[in-house]
Amino acid sequence: MSLHRLTAHELAEKLRSKEVGCVELINDLYSRIDAVEGKISAFNCLTKETALKKAKELDDNGFNGELSGVPIALKDNICTDGVETTCSSKILKDFIPPYNATVVELLQNEGMIPVGKTNLDEFAMGSSTENSAFKTTKNPWDTQRVPGGSSGGSAAAVAADEAPLALGSDTGGSIRQPASFCGVVGLKPTYGRVSRYGLIAFASSLDQIGPLTKDVTDSALLMNVIAKYDRRDSTSADVKTPDYKKSLVKDVKGLKIAVPKELMGEGIEENTKKAVLEALKTYEKMGATFKEVSLPSFKYALSTYYIIAPAEASSNLSRYDGVHYGHRSEKQNDLMDMYLNTRKEGFGPEVKRRIIIGTYALSSGYYDAYYLKAQKVRTLIKQDFDDTLKDFDVIMSPTTPSPAFKIGEKVSDPLSMYLSDIATIPINLAGIPAISIPCGFDNGLPVGLQIMGKAFDEETLFRVAFSYEQETKWNKRKPAL
Amino acid sequence: MEQKETGAMNFETVIGLETHAQLQTESKMFCACSTKFGNDPNSNICPVCTGQPGSLPVINEKAIRLAVKTALALNCKINNESVFARKNYFYPDLPKDYQISQFEMPLAEHGYLEIEVGGQIRKIGITRVHLEEDAGKLVHKGSIGIKGADYSLVDLNRTGTPLMEIVSEPDLRTPEEARVYMEELAHILRYLEVCDAKLEEGSMRCDANISIRQAGVKELGVKTELKNMNSFKAVQKALEKEEARQKEVVSEGGKIYQQTLLFDEATSSVHPMRSKEGSHDYRYFPDPDLLPLYVDEKMIEEVKAGTGELPIEKFKRFSGQYGISGQDINVLIESRYTADFFEETAKISGEPKLSANWLIGDVSAYLNANNTALKETKLTPTLLSGLIELVKNGTVSGNSAKKIAAEMMKTGKSAKDLVESMGATQISDESALVEIAKKVVAANPQSVEAFKSGKEAAIKHLIGQAMRETKGRANPQIIEDLLKKEMA
Repeated sequence: MSLHRLTAHELAEKLRSKEVGCVELINDLYSRIDAVEGKISAFNCLTKETALKKAKELDDNGFNGELSGVPIALKDNICTDGVETTCSSKILKDFIPPYNATVVELLQNEGMIPVGKTNLDEFAMGSSTENSAFKTTKNPWDTQRVPGGSSGGSAAAVAADEAPLALGSDTGGSIRQPASFCGVVGLKPTYGRVSRYGLIAFASSLDQIGPLTKDVTDSALLMNVIAKYDRRDSTSADVKTPDYKKSLVKDVKGLKIAVPKELMGEGIEENTKKAVLEALKTYEKMGATFKEVSLPSFKYALSTYYIIAPAEASSNLSRYDGVHYGHRSEKQNDLMDMYLNTRKEGFGPEVKRRIIIGTYALSSGYYDAYYLKAQKVRTLIKQDFDDTLKDFDVIMSPTTPSPAFKIGEKVSDPLSMYLSDIATIPINLAGIPAISIPCGFDNGLPVGLQIMGKAFDEETLFRVAFSYEQETKWNKRKPAL
Repeated sequence: MEQKETGAMNFETVIGLETHAQLQTESKMFCACSTKFGNDPNSNICPVCTGQPGSLPVINEKAIRLAVKTALALNCKINNESVFARKNYFYPDLPKDYQISQFEMPLAEHGYLEIEVGGQIRKIGITRVHLEEDAGKLVHKGSIGIKGADYSLVDLNRTGTPLMEIVSEPDLRTPEEARVYMEELAHILRYLEVCDAKLEEGSMRCDANISIRQAGVKELGVKTELKNMNSFKAVQKALEKEEARQKEVVSEGGKIYQQTLLFDEATSSVHPMRSKEGSHDYRYFPDPDLLPLYVDEKMIEEVKAGTGELPIEKFKRFSGQYGISGQDINVLIESRYTADFFEETAKISGEPKLSANWLIGDVSAYLNANNTALKETKLTPTLLSGLIELVKNGTVSGNSAKKIAAEMMKTGKSAKDLVESMGATQISDESALVEIAKKVVAANPQSVEAFKSGKEAAIKHLIGQAMRETKGRANPQIIEDLLKKEMA
């Protein structure tokens, strides 16, 4: 039986009905990993021993939670007590956190089983995993191509059946863009919905943890586990989490969809546009209506993002100085020397680029012109979303301007790399939730549909996404590996 | 020289102080770690205060309340919304390589503190009161500083301890005023139980900015910054030295350059600090890990209600209500505990003056001799009132009462019990004292002679002898009468 092909909710059902044991399931998954990981390179590390131990415990004691016994892959920027957490950076190579991220505790309470830590662009800065200091993950649909990023390891692992589901983090599209490239479901929850405690920060006001799954149902179930108010994260919202399972109904009658012309015009590839238009027509067929709208502030989103995110990053990444943990340079004649060499050796070029941009943007004399201005634009972008979502239930667009690009294609052109997040970045700036679901293929490569909604209204996203998935079943297709 | 002092150069000194006070909270500013001192290095630490990747700060509400309390006592306007910002700089005692502080929007602003110098009340402006976290401690091996050290060790126990920064306006005009301001501020902080305010131990620290200008000139002169003053005296001394230096430089046609100077207690002199590389750009920006801090009117009212009377208000009331001298009141209101103790004793005993005398006199002497605080003794207002009553009705003499008070503070036993167990009841029975008087007169012919020849003072010696015979229990008035009778 190919257990690894199943979704999380299917696996959980089999475990509960005792059709399969958890140890058997975990063993099957690691066999799958053994078989394909050589081609995919999704993981930075695997935790088979502890996974099997946990599986044995569950087999003995039973499965209490909805996702008990289900294995899960974790992006390698989520802290795991006693297990290396590297951010795919040399500066944190071999770093072992002394504590668990809140989401990890929640997964453990549910009885879910972490199977390994997945590759990412160094410190989640990038859109292809090519910025990882250790390896480039391959897209399971075409191993010549990138899986997207920065949660490329998590997306590829799910697409290649190396994990039924995974956690990623999304600062400017880092869950949705790789989900789109790998043909899986990726949700960036509302900012404040999922605790960031234990997520190694890239840009604190934008970062959010979310699920990468094989279908919308799994996304909702995983959100039921991880979406909880957390006192340890002051930006965590003290709002009640609904039961997202209840949103899994096929019903979009009367749904009003806005389609921003800024995300359906120049810079978006024809085949991608076509797939999204088809999806819109499908919704129409199911009883929804869609209308083109304009969100004029969108054209400033990318520049705004590339001030705010690097500014926060430049401060967040200061602590990697060789003093307390992580890499420390051998060349250390004095303190300054140690700082400079540690950071020179420890950080890759993209991280350095963003630290320099951010430091500059926060410098006295430039702060008002850059950081403060960017914050004002951010308010405008949020305003544009709020206005649109007053008249419409959801906003839809392509998740990415094109399907997965080739490895190496954009690596020497950071600007063109940054443009692959053009449709996802505004969402982080506004703090609202958005989900990417498969909506077709372009020459064998998955295309993603992005659905954006009101803050703290993930329920509508799940209902709308679930309806489409039931109608089309794009998510059932699997890459040939 | 003469011309300098009398003629053209008539200087005015301008001083402003930045004070850091460690707040007396149980836990740190942004995590639950203990703020206790003296534990093993790196034992009061957690992922948050050691700046582990992924950890996040959470504001300690107690610290906010203490700062609000202080700000209200300093007549500040509390900002309902204030912002924590990151102050970015690299140093090994700062694990995140940024300090969470407040910059553009502090917790409170626009206050003042009244001080009394030379009989004059001076109103010193308070620019702002804000909160921040302390850094850790470095220990260098083989050198005083990190430069040239064989190695340096980091202790993060202190990292994240809540600090309150109180910035004064440049309203202080003399080093003495600066010292008095610091003393008064320390008094308020101690009184409010916000900070134990010990400069010697570093729980309160101060940096002083000082400049001089020609009298009558509005513009401020170039200032220098003084650090490392570890006592109130040192604050005054350091400023006097720097004031004199600046006057000399300018009088001789020189210029003052902005710099930081360190006070050396041992030599009582100031020295320029070895300059750090260039000037810092701290790249302040609002900490995205913390939402703006909201202090609503409800909290302000709660804090106000919990604060009660301030020392200055208490001073005014005490002098009106109890008719005690200003100097004595200052002793009584040193801490709120002492002030409350006094009022309670005065109420129970109905003797405010006697209550004050006891606290200022014998009780204080005992506390000083034993290096302890009133709070730490077993003395209560009820116990002290009991003793006052026994002295008043003549059961015990003043002498015995002192001994009883000391015993009372140690044991917490009532005056009555102690009188019995110590056998300290006063002897007022004439028949019992007549024999003593006779014996003393017989044994001291010289003093008797002196008294008879008109030396009134000689009676004192005889009373003393009688007291010795009775172990201090004789009623002094009765024994004096009896002695006089015997000698007549």
